[in-house]
Amino acid sequence: MSTATFATPAASLAPSADVVVRCKAVTKTYGKGDSAVRALRGVDLTVNKGEMLMLVGPSGCGKTTLISVVAGVLDRDGGECSVLGKDYAQMNQAQKAAFRAVNIGFVFQAFNLIPTLTIAENVAVPLLINGVSRSQALARAKEVLTLVGLGDRTKDEPRKLSGGQQQRVAISRAIVHKPKLLVCDEPTSALDHATGQKVIELLRGVAAGEDLTLLVVTHDSRIFEFADRIAEMDDGHIVRTIEGQGLRRASHIAENPLGK
Amino acid sequence: MISIALKMLFRDTGKYFGIILGVALASMVIVWQGSIFVGLMSRTFAVITDIAQPDIWVMDSKVQFIDDAKPLQDTALSRVRGVEGVAWAMPLYKGNTRARQEDGTIVNCNLFGIDDATLIGGPSRMVDGRLEDLWRADGVIVDRVGAESRLARFDPETKTSIPLKVGDTLELNDRRAVVVGITETTRSFQSQPTIYTTYSRAVQFVPRERKMLTYIIAKAAEGVDVPKLAETIEDRSGLAVYSGREFSWKTVMYFVQNTGIPINFGIAVALGFIIGTIITGFMFYSFTVDNLRYFGTLKAMGTSNGKLMVMILVQAVVIALIGFGLGSGLAAYMGFNARNSPLAFRLLWQTLFLAGCAVAVISALSAMLSLIKVIRLEPAIVFKG
Repeated sequence: MSTATFATPAASLAPSADVVVRCKAVTKTYGKGDSAVRALRGVDLTVNKGEMLMLVGPSGCGKTTLISVVAGVLDRDGGECSVLGKDYAQMNQAQKAAFRAVNIGFVFQAFNLIPTLTIAENVAVPLLINGVSRSQALARAKEVLTLVGLGDRTKDEPRKLSGGQQQRVAISRAIVHKPKLLVCDEPTSALDHATGQKVIELLRGVAAGEDLTLLVVTHDSRIFEFADRIAEMDDGHIVRTIEGQGLRRASHIAENPLGK
Repeated sequence: MISIALKMLFRDTGKYFGIILGVALASMVIVWQGSIFVGLMSRTFAVITDIAQPDIWVMDSKVQFIDDAKPLQDTALSRVRGVEGVAWAMPLYKGNTRARQEDGTIVNCNLFGIDDATLIGGPSRMVDGRLEDLWRADGVIVDRVGAESRLARFDPETKTSIPLKVGDTLELNDRRAVVVGITETTRSFQSQPTIYTTYSRAVQFVPRERKMLTYIIAKAAEGVDVPKLAETIEDRSGLAVYSGREFSWKTVMYFVQNTGIPINFGIAVALGFIIGTIITGFMFYSFTVDNLRYFGTLKAMGTSNGKLMVMILVQAVVIALIGFGLGSGLAAYMGFNARNSPLAFRLLWQTLFLAGCAVAVISALSAMLSLIKVIRLEPAIVFKG
């Protein structure tokens, strides 16, 4: 293991003026007693403003639990975690919902587009949640859809689009309200290689344009090269982070996790 | 968010129609059965409704309902007439007789005898003939439905039913009766033909008893307080005195308390309610469960529980309104189409109101099931494949 290319988890916690996510010793256990599953066993993680951090690791290692905690959709059991300087532990459910509505965008593996709404209506949802009028929300949704190349499909239903197009719609929905943090769960796993590449390029592009911070959970080693940093998880810990030159060689993680 | 809720509902066509069908079915059964129950109960006091002139009905204190006639002494009429504040008081005979037709057929009939001189208490809606024709010898007036059905004569040559008409004769208690008029009356509970004649003639159409007077109908003089007058008559005569409305309710309550009708209809209404609740609850819950991923997505994206509750409640209210509108509208339409049939259908706003309340409860129960599911929903499920 090269220390020049693989930073320790502790190193990622270095203080920064532009830190978006700062987690320290975060723990989360599902269930109780003998059936308890310790999904997070003291995770330290820092995500800096404007960076794309990919969270990788084998199934069941705690990636989804960690992004759920970071996104404020799951309560942690212990440790500290602040997002944009705010600690979810200090908020009630309504405040957490309001915080997510304004500050966080979501991209899901299965897109989660509401099938009974048109594409434009789907994209407008975060704005409607934030109280924007329907007409303004739809106008803004159409703008964003035009940016991702779907300006001519605004009235279509999601089922009429290909997987790649649906993910572009999902990305549009995630950024339409100009959040500060984008949480992406396996955004390319349901797509073929070429489409996945385009989607991640799109994500990078919109992130750069909007000064967005991206936290991406992925198994897809083909997109590692797009990350600014990669944090590898195993058994509820972040075992290492990779940045800089190391990213070019990081694709071996998928085939050879933990360098075994 | 309300528009999203409505689109989620309307555009899921299969489930939407399923839920609406459940509510509409429940509404229809409740309104239909409720209206038939009201219609049947209304028929129990049809006579009181049709005899609209009197303010007061005087009768034996043991009378429980309109058909439970207990004869009074003839002197009772004079006593009532003697009470200050009574504008007029007339005798009314109500009983049963057997009418023998020209072909020998015998039909049980309701018989009314009204005051010979004034004809007060007589039918008001004449289809053929005039009320005054009762002054003609042996004159009787027959209700239209009875004349066209039970009292109609079957013609074996043409194999058709020939309605009883003015000029035809009947035999009542071995006495000749001539039909001088046909009248429209409210259908009675027993569905027997109704025959009107003068009081003096009526008592000859039935076997003679010591006391024949069954009711006294009276009108209060102008400016006289009717309830007070009723009290006075009651005190002085020792008889029971009711307004038309009170007597109608007394009759209805007798049937409610002493027959199985309310239970039978209650069971049908309860079944409609239960089936409607089960269908609607299941479909609405299933609709919510199918959309749980999307509710979870909305929740993850920052939709508060309050907004999700509003979304589900709006869906439930829309379902209730549309389903209730369709169901009650269908019941009303069917009832309207059956207005000339023997079906006892009477739609009151109170029935609609109660059915509306039942549908509101059905929808609220269904919405509650869905709400519990959505409120308890962990938004983190959106990250689970």
